[in-house]
Amino acid sequence: MFSIENITNSFHNWLSSVLSETLVMLVEMGLIAIAAIALFAVLGLVLVYMERKVAAVIQIRLGPNRVGPMGIFQTSADTLKLVLKEGFMPNNVDKFLYKLAPFVVMITAMLILAPIPFAKGFQIWDINIGVFYITAISSISVIGILMAGWASNNKYSLLGAMRSGAQIVSYELSAGMAVLSIIVLTGSLNLNEIIESQRNGWWIFKGHIPALIAFVIYIIAVTAETNRAPFDMAEAESELTGGFHTEYAGMRFALFFLAEYINIFIVCAIGATLFFGGWMPFHIGNWEGFNHVMDFIPSFVWFFGKTFFLIFLIMWFRWTFPRLRIDQLLNLEWKYLLPISMFNLLLMTVIAIKGWHF
Amino acid sequence: MSFLKTYITEVYGAVKSLLTGMKLTGYYFTHPKEIITEEYPDNRLTLKMADRFRGEVVMKHDDNNEHACTGCSACELACPNGTIKIINKFEINAEGKKKKAIDAFVYHLELCTMCNLCIEACPTDAIKMAQTFEHSVYDRRLLTKQLNLPGSKIREGVE
Repeated sequence: MFSIENITNSFHNWLSSVLSETLVMLVEMGLIAIAAIALFAVLGLVLVYMERKVAAVIQIRLGPNRVGPMGIFQTSADTLKLVLKEGFMPNNVDKFLYKLAPFVVMITAMLILAPIPFAKGFQIWDINIGVFYITAISSISVIGILMAGWASNNKYSLLGAMRSGAQIVSYELSAGMAVLSIIVLTGSLNLNEIIESQRNGWWIFKGHIPALIAFVIYIIAVTAETNRAPFDMAEAESELTGGFHTEYAGMRFALFFLAEYINIFIVCAIGATLFFGGWMPFHIGNWEGFNHVMDFIPSFVWFFGKTFFLIFLIMWFRWTFPRLRIDQLLNLEWKYLLPISMFNLLLMTVIAIKGWHF
Repeated sequence: MSFLKTYITEVYGAVKSLLTGMKLTGYYFTHPKEIITEEYPDNRLTLKMADRFRGEVVMKHDDNNEHACTGCSACELACPNGTIKIINKFEINAEGKKKKAIDAFVYHLELCTMCNLCIEACPTDAIKMAQTFEHSVYDRRLLTKQLNLPGSKIREGVE
């Protein structure tokens, strides 16, 4: 049966037989860095194309269809245009922070990639506090946005950055609560153990209604955290001419743009891991035959299938729902999502203690 | 407890209305045949225009080269920007009476805003909006058109 684990293991063994231990580590680190950057580039192209196509079909349009068959090279052409553009920097900006900000946002996204299991036994860094690490690192990206807004020396940028700060700080809470309610069931922060605990069914089915509520809250909260419509107060084209990246052009702007899509991928990957079992195939309890058939589909297909389904869900939200005002946004979090997720966590704890879940 | 009841009702109403919206967009996503985009230069021959599209004013003529315009100039009065100019003449009919008829129905396409007021003003339904839209020419005099065909006359019985 095809498995990425075998390929990586045999590659590691071959490398160990040729090079010394330190060199093997260095070479593997270099390869992983290249793989991560390549994944980012490919994801950026694919997700932007997907977003434009989904938006088009939902709005009864055709979407990009001129560059290549079905317009699949449209995003490559756009990237080429951005690369060729002048790296323009306005006068009177805080030059150091202005240049640093896109990299902070980008590196934060790269760091979160580390503990995500992409397939069975295919993970950059198996860490026993994976979920905690992800929630801790993901809140750093707001610093990059605040930096960009402050350094731009533009009132709209600063307003956008401040909104983004308020928004991310608020929604981290309910996202954390939703993640916690799954942690309560698994009793482990290790992503591999969380996936292993879903061998006989995914948590969204095993955890009854509280798991479903936690999932809905998680999806709402991460939509807000990634600054996407209907919660795109940080960018707000109609009010703030682009928010924190108003003063950015060319490749620096492209980095912010890319980071937005990478963040969507990451939060959806985490959502898929926690609620839909990551790379774990669709198993039902003790139906050995059915489970065995499902195992024939490679694990990375399951992982990317689930992740892209969640990404589609978030895109669906974006092109359906009206935008919220900033006060409505904070109302939604503090008056609705947070109390509901606290109550939900309590309910989940009772279920976990009593062992009512499957 | 009434507070809790309002709270739950609000959440339920919000979720329900959002799901209603998602149902519609989900329907569009799963039914690509609903797409209304026309890839214009490519499908020039099979182009399907919307019913409400208004391209230019034309006069309806039947097979005998007869139209229904009595020359009442209701359209000329209705036009907000002087697009239409009707030049009348007097014909002697079979009974020896003088009768008003149009000599030329002059239409300035370059001034027209396709507001449809002339078509609504016409008492005999003589003019209509055509769906043509490729109007660009190199000489703007070509945009001044005479809508009644040469040699056409008013249909019998139209007053």
